[in-house]
Amino acid sequence: MTSREKILEAVLNNQPDLSPLPDISMFKGNHNNVVQKYMDVFRSIGGKTFLVENLDEVNALITEHFDINKRVITTLTDLSDRFELISATVDPHLYEDVELAIINAHFSVAENGAVWLTEDLMGQRIIPYICQHLAVVINAEKIVPTLHEAYDIIGLGNYGFGGFIGGPSKTADIEQALVLGAHGPLTMTVFILK
Amino acid sequence: MKQTKTKDHAAMAEAFIKDEERVDWHDGALWYIREKRDIASKKIPEWEQLREAASMIKNNVISNLHEYLLQFEANLKKNGITVHWAADAEEHNAIVYAILKAKEITQMVKSKSMLTEECQLNEYLEERGISVINSDLGEYIQQIDNEPPSHIVLPCIHKRKEEIGELFHKHLGTEKGLSDPTQLTRVARKHLRNEFLSRRVALTGVNFAVAETGEYVVCTNEGNADMGAHLSEVQIASMGIEKLIPQKNHLSVFLRLLARSATGQPITIYSSHYKKPREGQEMHLILVDAGRTRQLGRADFRDSLKCIKCGSCMNTCPVYRKSGGLSYQNTISGPIGAILAPNLDMKMHADLPFASTLCGSCSNVCPVKINIHEQLYKWRQVIVKEGYAANTKALGMKTMAWTLSSPNSFNTAGRAGRWVLQNIPFVVNNKLNPWYKQRDMPEGSGQSFAEWYQKNGENNKEDLK
Repeated sequence: MTSREKILEAVLNNQPDLSPLPDISMFKGNHNNVVQKYMDVFRSIGGKTFLVENLDEVNALITEHFDINKRVITTLTDLSDRFELISATVDPHLYEDVELAIINAHFSVAENGAVWLTEDLMGQRIIPYICQHLAVVINAEKIVPTLHEAYDIIGLGNYGFGGFIGGPSKTADIEQALVLGAHGPLTMTVFILK
Repeated sequence: MKQTKTKDHAAMAEAFIKDEERVDWHDGALWYIREKRDIASKKIPEWEQLREAASMIKNNVISNLHEYLLQFEANLKKNGITVHWAADAEEHNAIVYAILKAKEITQMVKSKSMLTEECQLNEYLEERGISVINSDLGEYIQQIDNEPPSHIVLPCIHKRKEEIGELFHKHLGTEKGLSDPTQLTRVARKHLRNEFLSRRVALTGVNFAVAETGEYVVCTNEGNADMGAHLSEVQIASMGIEKLIPQKNHLSVFLRLLARSATGQPITIYSSHYKKPREGQEMHLILVDAGRTRQLGRADFRDSLKCIKCGSCMNTCPVYRKSGGLSYQNTISGPIGAILAPNLDMKMHADLPFASTLCGSCSNVCPVKINIHEQLYKWRQVIVKEGYAANTKALGMKTMAWTLSSPNSFNTAGRAGRWVLQNIPFVVNNKLNPWYKQRDMPEGSGQSFAEWYQKNGENNKEDLK
């Protein structure tokens, strides 16, 4: 008997009588004021947010807040005259010196500050993790109150990799002292298009 | 056969509790996290309904695990992930080794995985010439200090920053005396970045595995799982078979509960959903039993398999906070560890269910509503019945049972105890009495309440009317 068969047989013999799944459809968030709520929560976890009218404003804020003499990459074709477009096919290791990555997210979640990204929006899976600073552009009307609405949108998902990212990477492993910038980005900025 | 010996929790905690200042600090640090959990949970009006839903989903998982495992396996294959099954730690480790060997790879980076700690994977691979580096900062610190994690979420919570500074000085060449957490973290960031860039195999744990879609979710704050996985040629995930959840949308319930329960954060910074290998990459997933099916068969204890490893029961436990995680001598420490460990080796871990006041705080904070304190109480009965209880405990309990069984013996014992405390206190105030350790014995009162009542109760009856 293989281990697979042994484990499956033991599970079948030992599992108790079927216990029903609960209905979770009553869990719903409140859509009122989600943009402000999102910004408050995201700032409380160490992120920065800017409410902007258009991509020109994003462009100006990037120049003001980041060192654009270093390597800046993006998936936004509207920014490609200034910054390098991310290639989906090159070796991911080649992005190790990226200072700033600017990418779109599908939506964000007001209750926890996280944005939802799939690999097509990342350019490459490694991008939002390997860059020193991460900037994400979302539409204000795409902000949902809770994870329940988030998974309604995601559905079963037709992606190879997707992730929520809720702020700059952090650790508190040394005496519970909060340090931003563990292995991933040191900062995370979200531009919210009105 | 391997001879096991029961490990005495109190004896194991002795080194830790010697330093009272450290115990107070450790106690306070964990209580602070418990308070953060309270604040976060109070912001969610439907918190208790979420706990109930999570508990019911996990009840369903353990009652239908056979079906979900088959469904998960089929979907993993559809997604292009190679599936392995491991009956025990040894088989799990051998599978990882075979994957590395096939590619002639001798270096691996590993993000946090309590399962691989439980399997002692690092030791196994190192004996075979494979170097493994733990990429979670806390686990990395524990690795260079040659110590297991003392907490499942906060692996080095028992260490002071000066001790970590000393370790970094020794292993990473930092300046002697450097103990600033930010500076130490920056040094580790730089060092580990080189490891991420050069290692071709990355292993991660699994927080939740979705049967319906054949994907798995890994939660970190540091981004270390993703740095390893997305730069690797070969990605391996190890999971206990109990980590399954039926449907994708169930993640909404669990991700809302997990980080709030663990650290009071609204969500971990990274919640990564791995579904298919990227172009040119290989993905493997190992489903591990290692005692879980046995626990599934124990009606009184199978609920322990609902655990989502948030660590909140540790943060709230008065015994854990004051004895430190290493005193449990089990990968999973604290209250949840004390109900999981006896299943793995009842004799070795016979003392753990006794390392509790049964106050029930663990059960009250558990996001999936495991009745931890009731299981601790039930394990005590099993352990005594099976003859694994330490002699002093078994004898004490027998004497207690006899004393409490008749009013006469109870009264006699009470009189004897009071007489001893009043007249010859040195008989109990000495090292031979384990209760006297770090406690002062009370002064004995002259009489019991029953004796006082017999004398005064009748006389005062009129006044009480």
